[in-house]
Amino acid sequence: MFQTFKLAYRNLGRNKSRTLLSALAVGVGMALLLLMVSVLEGEMSGALTNTIRLQSGHLQIRPASYDESKISMKWEDLIEDPDQVAEKIKALPQVTAATPRLSASAILTLSDESKGVQILGIEPDSPANQPFRDGLLSGEFIKADDRDGVMIGNILAEKLNLKVGEKVNLLVTTSNGDVNEQLFTIRGIFTTRTPGYDETTIFMPLAKAQAITTTENHASLIFVILNNMDDTEAVAQALKSNTYRILTWREQNQFIVQFEDYANAFFVILYLIVLGITATVVTNTLVMAVFERTREIGILAAIGMKGRDIMAQFLTEAALIATGGVIGGLLIGGALVAYFTINGIYIGDYGITGVLFEDRIYAHLTLQNTLNLAAVTYIITLIASLYPARLAARLEPVEALHGLGE
Amino acid sequence: MEVTKVTNATRVFKIGEVETNALRGVDLSVENGEFTALVGPSGSGKTTLLQLIGLLDQPTTGNVAINGQDATGLNRNQRADLRKNAIGFVFQFFALIPTLTAYENVEMPLLLNSTKPADRKARVNQMLEAVGLQERAHHRPDQLSGGQQQRVAVARALATNPKLILADEPTANLDTENGKQVMDIMQRLNKETGVTFVFATHDPRVIGYANRVVTLQDGLITKDSKSNGKS
Repeated sequence: MFQTFKLAYRNLGRNKSRTLLSALAVGVGMALLLLMVSVLEGEMSGALTNTIRLQSGHLQIRPASYDESKISMKWEDLIEDPDQVAEKIKALPQVTAATPRLSASAILTLSDESKGVQILGIEPDSPANQPFRDGLLSGEFIKADDRDGVMIGNILAEKLNLKVGEKVNLLVTTSNGDVNEQLFTIRGIFTTRTPGYDETTIFMPLAKAQAITTTENHASLIFVILNNMDDTEAVAQALKSNTYRILTWREQNQFIVQFEDYANAFFVILYLIVLGITATVVTNTLVMAVFERTREIGILAAIGMKGRDIMAQFLTEAALIATGGVIGGLLIGGALVAYFTINGIYIGDYGITGVLFEDRIYAHLTLQNTLNLAAVTYIITLIASLYPARLAARLEPVEALHGLGE
Repeated sequence: MEVTKVTNATRVFKIGEVETNALRGVDLSVENGEFTALVGPSGSGKTTLLQLIGLLDQPTTGNVAINGQDATGLNRNQRADLRKNAIGFVFQFFALIPTLTAYENVEMPLLLNSTKPADRKARVNQMLEAVGLQERAHHRPDQLSGGQQQRVAVARALATNPKLILADEPTANLDTENGKQVMDIMQRLNKETGVTFVFATHDPRVIGYANRVVTLQDGLITKDSKSNGKS
C-alpha cells in the first residue's frame, strides 16, 4: 500500500506542471461550486431571515377568518383585545417578543403625485421592531402616543423626494369601508435594506393606525418572535385555538422553501456540469499518463503485477490529484466565500412577491455543504480515473512491451 | 527436470486481413540449469517464442508448460502469478521503472511476492552485490550507465529466485565491455545458482556463452546444438 502511494507520488512528480494543472482544474471547479452553493445558501437563508424578521415573524396569530389574499379592515376579520392576547403569548418561555400589528392599505398623496402604500401600525417600544430601529437613517423613531407622525422607507423617500419633517397626506380605508384622510409628519426615514419593503411601507403607532382605520382595540395580527426558531412547531401547538389561526414561518414562506428546493435541484445539474468538466481534465491527464507509461505497465505486468494492482496504481494517482484538488478547492473557495461573506454581492431590487430579498447577497457556507462538496468532488475525480485505470489494467503485457524486442 | 516445455506451438498475428505466421509449430524443451541461446535473423520468431515461454503471450495453437504446469487456459491473473513466482525477465532496453531507485526496482518483484521486509532487504542487497551494484543502490536509472541498468535488471529478474530467466537481446544496447560484463554475470549466476537462462540474441559474442544454441528460421526450429559454452 505504502509502495503504491510512493510510486503514485513519484509518477505524478514526473510531469509536475501537468499534475498541478489537473489538481488546479479540480480545485477551481470545487472552489466555484463552493462559492455557488454558499451564495445560494446565503441568498435563501438571508431571504428567509429577512422575511421572518420584517414580515412573517416566527409565528403570526391571525383571526380564524384570515384570508391572506386580501386585507380586510372589518372587525370580524381582526383580533379583538390584541394586547391581552399578546401578553398571554409573551408569558411563554420560548417567546422573545409578541406584539400586535395592524396593516392597512393606503394612498399617499402629494401635490402632484400619489402612490399606493402599506400602513403598518406598530407598538414602537416592542423589541420585535428592533430591525426598524437599527435601520433608522434620519429623524427619530415614532413614539406610541404620536398622533400625526409616521416613518417611511428610504426608497419611498427618495422616489418622492421626501425628507424628515415634511408632511404627507394619507388616504386610508376604514373598517366600515369609508375613506379617512389625514396629514402626517415624517418623523423618521428607515431602511431594511430590502428595496421592495422600503418603497411601500409606512409605520405609524398602533393606536393611531387603529384610530384612522376605526378599528379600535383591534389588530390584524400578533407578530411573534421566538428565542429559537426550532421551537416554532411546539409554540404553535401550545397556542392552538378555535378563535385564531396560528401561522408558522414555514407556512407563510412556502415560496422560499419551494424555491430553495427548486434551486437545489438546479444546482445539482450545475455541479454535474462543472465537475464533469474537471473530471474530463483528470481523465485526459491519466489517459496521457497511460500512453506515456505503456512500456512500464508492460514491465510491471511481466514481473507479475496483476491488472487490479495496475488499476490501483492509477486510482491512487487520481486520489492524490483529487486530494490536492480538494485542498486547493477549499483554499481558493474558502477565500472567495470569505470575501463574499463579508462584502456580499450587490443585486439591487430583486423583487419576488412574498420574498424579501436584501439588496446584497451574503455568502453563507455550512460545514455540511463543504463536506458534501468535498466528498462529491473526490468521488467524481476517482470515477473519472476509472477509464484510464482500466485501460492500463487491461493492456496485454506483450502489447505493452511492444517495441522492446524484434 | 524440464523448466519449460513448448509443444507444437504456433503463433499467428493478424493485422487487418494479413496473417503472419511468427511460429509455425515449435517444440522446445529446456532443462533445469541450461544456458540456452535462441538465435536467428530478425523475424525468425525468437522473441515471439520467448514471449510464449514467458507467458506474456499465448500460442495460437499448441501448449506451453512451466515447471511441469500447463499454462494453456490460464487466465491473466493466473499467468501473472506464474510469471511472478517462476520467471524472471531481462529486456533489450534496460526495462527499469524510472521513478524507482536501483534498490526499489530490485525490490518490486519481492513486494509483489509479499516477501517479508527483513527477507526482502537481505535479498535485494544480496542481488545488488551479486551484480556488483551495491554502492549504486540508491541511484535512479537515469543516474546509471546502460550496463549498470542492465545489471540491475538482471538482479531484479533473479530477486524472487525463479527457476527460469528469459532475456531478450540483453546486450543489444550495450558496448562490448558492458555486454561482456552482463553476460559474465548471467553465466556466473547460472553456474552458482543453477538458474536456467534462455536468451534471444543474434550477437555472436553472446552466442559463445551458451551451452545450447537453438536456431530459428521463418518460425521453425532449424537447428538445436549443445556445447560447453564459454568458460
